Amino acid sequence: MSLRSLHFAGEEAPPFELKGSLFTLTVLHLFQLDRAAIERQLAEKIKQAPSFFNNTPVVIDLEGMADSPDSFDFNGLYELLRAHGMVPVGIRNGTPMQQAAARLAGLPVLPESRATNNGKKPERTESVPVHSRIVNHPIRSGQQIYAPDGDLIVLGAVSAGAEVIADGNIHIYGVLRGRALAGVRGDAETRIFCQSLEAELVSIAGRYRISEQIEPSERGKAAQIHLVEDRLVIEHLNR
Amino acid sequence: MATVIVVTSGKGGVGKTTTSASFATGLAQRGYRTVVIDFDVGLRNLDLIMGCERRVVYDFVNVINNEANLNQALIRDKRVENLYILPASQTRDKEALTKEGVERVLNELRVGFDYIVCDSPAGIERGALMALYFADQALVVTNPEVSSVRDSDRILGILASRSLRAEQGDEPVKEHLVLARYAPERADRGDMLSVDDVLEILGIPLLGVIPESQSVLQSSNAGVPVILEDSSEAGAAYGDLVDRFLGKNLPHRFTSSQKKGFLQRLFGGS
Repeated sequence: MSLRSLHFAGEEAPPFELKGSLFTLTVLHLFQLDRAAIERQLAEKIKQAPSFFNNTPVVIDLEGMADSPDSFDFNGLYELLRAHGMVPVGIRNGTPMQQAAARLAGLPVLPESRATNNGKKPERTESVPVHSRIVNHPIRSGQQIYAPDGDLIVLGAVSAGAEVIADGNIHIYGVLRGRALAGVRGDAETRIFCQSLEAELVSIAGRYRISEQIEPSERGKAAQIHLVEDRLVIEHLNR
Repeated sequence: MATVIVVTSGKGGVGKTTTSASFATGLAQRGYRTVVIDFDVGLRNLDLIMGCERRVVYDFVNVINNEANLNQALIRDKRVENLYILPASQTRDKEALTKEGVERVLNELRVGFDYIVCDSPAGIERGALMALYFADQALVVTNPEVSSVRDSDRILGILASRSLRAEQGDEPVKEHLVLARYAPERADRGDMLSVDDVLEILGIPLLGVIPESQSVLQSSNAGVPVILEDSSEAGAAYGDLVDRFLGKNLPHRFTSSQKKGFLQRLFGGS
């Protein structure tokens, strides 16, 4: 059940189809090439979360390696990570020489993402400003409100026939009678909160439930809606 | 300067024209110079309800098109002093209502009147948009029935986003709810939405509840605004509505099948 699923309706079914998609990948920010040190830290990490390192795809970020020598043993690094349950799928940043060496080792260079970490100061996580949209009035039937890049906060009810949409979370301080779609650009971590759930439709990252699929016991109460293992879950908020 | 009040609903047949006629008549009865304009170009009805259909020479569209001046087109009510009617054209359509033309006519009327009541057509198209665009206040007429309530909700959204006040970022259009054709015993049985149900969904202040009444139909056919029918419950309810609009604090009548039930619920039995 996905709002985003597309069906190929051609007469001859093609053998494959190319589509863009977004993935959440673990990024390994490398700061030094001391093999022993890397191995030590890896072992420690695995001890903390053994199930996490089970053929986990990782991207190696070389931003913190700009000052290190260009000669780079990617094959060695690759083997090391493989041995610890990680599958390097590409590199990011790095000098032109490092990138060339990565390509030779079969690792593609991924384009820089927006939220790059400043490798020289790994302890400082750079905060990305989130633009919340706050609406101070009720959303009436026929109105559509979209909050791109962030959360949508509505101080009032969302009427039947109205639609509230956000790339981030949706907070409704009132009754939700209309439609609410959070994480419309695919962020599965987003949630919908409302003071009383009487919605026509709720959707997180394309997974949705229509009014009919909301149990009577789930209706008319303060609720949060989120995804658990790709399933839409409605939970009451205790007040 | 006159206050411009639109009587609107979204849905048709809920009582906009009946409300416009009685509301304007009530304001005039209380001494305010009032004009009521029929925006339902092509489906002219207000003149029938007001009982002046045989005195229409020029109409609203003639004035917009400079084919007549306002004094020629305004019809003075024979029963109530201070009350004037600007009828719609029956032979034209809503495209004749230009924003500039409507604005010019309203500005001319603002000088000589206290209240300008705009009787909106149903729908959310040009006629309805023009009727509400210049409004300072709005009477939103709803019946206790889900489709009517949803359409009113839609109109409230348009008032909040597409009126001149919204576009200029002025103080928003002041909204009043008029719940018409209300039958308390049917609401008690659950056949109809109750006053509280409607208020909960729409969330705007209640100006008046007009009971379902035979007298509305009779007075419409007779061309007499129902507010002039002294013996009618609906007429009395419109009278209360006008007084409340002018600032009087009156309890709502005709909202309960038992004489005291609703008020008791409201005021905890005191």
